[in-house]
Amino acid sequence: MFSKARILLVRINFYKIAVVCSLAVAVLLGCGRGNNSENSNSITIKGSDTMVHLASAWSEAFMAANSDYEVSVTGGGSGTGIAALLNGTTDICMASRKMKNKELDLARQKGMNLKEIVVALDGIAVIVNPANPVSELTVGQVGKIYKGAYETWGQVGAPKENIIVLARESSSGTYVFFQEHVLKKADYTQKARLMPATSSVIQSVSADNWAIGYVGLGYALDAKGKVKVLSIKENVAAKAVAPSSESVKSGEYSIARPLYLYIDDNASDTVKRFIDFCLSAKGQEIVKSSGYVTVN
Amino acid sequence: MKIIVTKEKAIKLIMLIAASTSVFIVLLIFLFLGKEAAPFIIKPGLSELLGARWVPVSFQKESFGILPLLTGSLLVTAIATLIAVPVGVCGAVYISEVAGSGERNFLKPFIELLAGIPSVVIGFFGLTVLAPVVKAVFGLQTGLNALTGALLLALMAIPTIVSISEDAVRSVPKSYKEASLALGASRLETILRVTTPAALPGVLAASMLGMGRVIGETMAVMMVTGNAAQITASPLDSVRTMTATIAAEMGEVAFRSDHYRALFSVGIVLLLLTFTFNIIAQKVLKKHNGA
Repeated sequence: MFSKARILLVRINFYKIAVVCSLAVAVLLGCGRGNNSENSNSITIKGSDTMVHLASAWSEAFMAANSDYEVSVTGGGSGTGIAALLNGTTDICMASRKMKNKELDLARQKGMNLKEIVVALDGIAVIVNPANPVSELTVGQVGKIYKGAYETWGQVGAPKENIIVLARESSSGTYVFFQEHVLKKADYTQKARLMPATSSVIQSVSADNWAIGYVGLGYALDAKGKVKVLSIKENVAAKAVAPSSESVKSGEYSIARPLYLYIDDNASDTVKRFIDFCLSAKGQEIVKSSGYVTVN
Repeated sequence: MKIIVTKEKAIKLIMLIAASTSVFIVLLIFLFLGKEAAPFIIKPGLSELLGARWVPVSFQKESFGILPLLTGSLLVTAIATLIAVPVGVCGAVYISEVAGSGERNFLKPFIELLAGIPSVVIGFFGLTVLAPVVKAVFGLQTGLNALTGALLLALMAIPTIVSISEDAVRSVPKSYKEASLALGASRLETILRVTTPAALPGVLAASMLGMGRVIGETMAVMMVTGNAAQITASPLDSVRTMTATIAAEMGEVAFRSDHYRALFSVGIVLLLLTFTFNIIAQKVLKKHNGA
């Protein structure tokens, strides 16, 4: 009796072990497949938060036209996307800034030959509260405000109220672009409030009468009525230009930047097809409807 | 017989492993943080960390002085504690000593519910509701400042302080109160002079745990303090806390760069601070239980 029970027990244990083992093997195999990700019908895109909407719109249209393809898009910031591309965990990297030399060196070390494609242009709008009488500034004045040289609106010909300076977090591609082209590579004032997202910049500018902020043109136009978009003069003598897709494309509006996609030269044909789609007439139509400016 | 003994031993071992996992994990976290941060001491040097400017992204010169972040965190924590402790302790005394059972059954679940609200929701509330109120009350230009952050954090610390203080107040022996009342003290005198002092160690421990919660909170604070890295003692200025800095910058930082290592150093400082709060709280509690 007793020994029979023992045997039964052992047998049950044996089955259990067998089941667990086979499960483990299955999981391992599954992981292996996931890691290789050489499934040529799937594309992963990662990078700039600015471009997430645009890339999602592209991928939806691309998948609608090619039903057997799968495209997944994640944000995280330009730097995160570039790191992912270098580590081989994404096929396409979207970036709102050019790759830094450090990153290019790393790519070279890894034997990667990266290709840079400009897929759209993005204007950066400088916004203030609708109650603010200021409606145009020179690039130099905006720079001085952000550097902390100007501390009250009186210094640009408005009531003598303190300026609330709003910038994006230092991890944002927009932060670096603005620093390079408007602050002319100087540091932001220590008093600048660094906002975690574009929406919080718009929220604060619409709530606080004497705040100034910068956001992507598409977001600024969406928030029309809540915030006032400033016209920008290249210098004191030049004429003020309001940001719009025409003025960004013609180069008249100077605070604008290209948006990039980066891929490895050895990328699969699927990836290359996707890039071609982004540059096609249909892809550029999506750029326009997402609030960005088309290339060429 | 033998099977049972080995079985018991095995179960004991499994439980021991389960119990020591957290110790192991804390040690691993310390090791990992130290390993990632340590090279900073050699290259830019420790003095760089003690500077007064936090400018991690610059075309001129990057500086990684954590002083503005430390003072920012301490300022917000101090104000939040000043608000949360009196409110929390009064609430606890009321619930355990004054409130009838009906009131208690209504109040306690609600206060505990407050602890369950996700911090990003509280942050959103702060950004859209509290910040404009602070702005209007103090006649400011913007409500994005240390005070708004501290108010939100106080809101998040109050449930912790109330529920632990309430346990402490309730565990004061009944005989103390009875003796006090028998000697002719009024109910208020008994609460103020006998019950609360007897529960003081527990209340202190509760406050310490509340402070630990406050200094480690990230999301709500990041949304409302404005995140300007400046050294200031004014609650109406914008500050940048250590937690917000790590959360905002870690995602974009180049792997193993100076900035990356500086962020890990900030993490170590933060961990040491919360550790200190917790150890003080435990010491105080132990003394309380021993007495």
